[in-house]
Amino acid sequence: MSDIGERVKKIVVEHLGVEADKVTDNASFIDDLGADSLDNVELVMAFEEEFGVEIPDDAAETIQTVGDAIRFIDANSN
Amino acid sequence: MFDLTGKKALITGASGGIGSSIAKALHGQGATLAISGTRREALEALASELGGERVHITPCNLSDLEAVDALPKEASEAMGGLDILVNNAGITRDNIFMRMKDEEWEEVLKVNLTAGFRLSRAVLRGMMKARWGRIIGITSVVGVMGNPGQANYAASKAGMIGMSKSLAQEVASRNITVNCVAPGFIKTAMTDALDDKQQEAISGRIPAGRLGTSEEIAAACLYLASEEAAYVTGQTIHVNGGMVMI
Repeated sequence: MSDIGERVKKIVVEHLGVEADKVTDNASFIDDLGADSLDNVELVMAFEEEFGVEIPDDAAETIQTVGDAIRFIDANSN
Repeated sequence: MFDLTGKKALITGASGGIGSSIAKALHGQGATLAISGTRREALEALASELGGERVHITPCNLSDLEAVDALPKEASEAMGGLDILVNNAGITRDNIFMRMKDEEWEEVLKVNLTAGFRLSRAVLRGMMKARWGRIIGITSVVGVMGNPGQANYAASKAGMIGMSKSLAQEVASRNITVNCVAPGFIKTAMTDALDDKQQEAISGRIPAGRLGTSEEIAAACLYLASEEAAYVTGQTIHVNGGMVMI
């Protein structure tokens, strides 16, 4: 879990160009980290690639925060 | 200028007159191609005309939407990526409005607009990752002017322009441009079938005094596909000899 969390946060930092300490579990991609809807799509693509999981569109829509992403990947990756 | 070395392009309707000219223009500037169409023999003839190098044949019937969904993956795997999509394929099912059948409407919208939507959606993922992409729709002057007997075709071509403008705004920040080329009357097998009098009547409406050529459409496409056109997006280039000025 912690390993997944660190990898997710690293992707978010790199992709959105935000300070690492702002990328907390409760941080919302759009409201807190300045992402737009296209950034969200790209983050989901990056997570899929990094973790070898498929994130369907309906699941992607429920991933609003960093913690949401970590929990989804933790539950769905091998 | 307009060097496409290393770029990979999928062209639909490549077996037709305009499509094959677009294929030749892009290939001539160094692009690798996946040429799609319904007639395999015509695609094979085009591939051999191009010398067989940097060209892959990916036949597809765009009225079969499952086949449409499979096409970008097939093309991308064959070429090792996909940087440029040319939505060129189109059909007509002309009829006066009051006699137009539901099937005539739906079939034209499906091939000319829905297939283009699905292909564009599918290729965006790779373009977003690459931070580079070109989507070019071949629309028609009819989509802007209207034309009696072609309500379905005009709707599909106008739809393509609106779709392209919307998508262009969504992905401009990722260096992906989305544009259209709108041919006027172009010399093809279809216009060759008209008699001299009919051809003269058409030319009389065109300030340039002649029909256009498929190479002149391809040249506009080549420009939009190039690096030089990076700052052009959401536009429609009208190639019509001055018939309509917008």
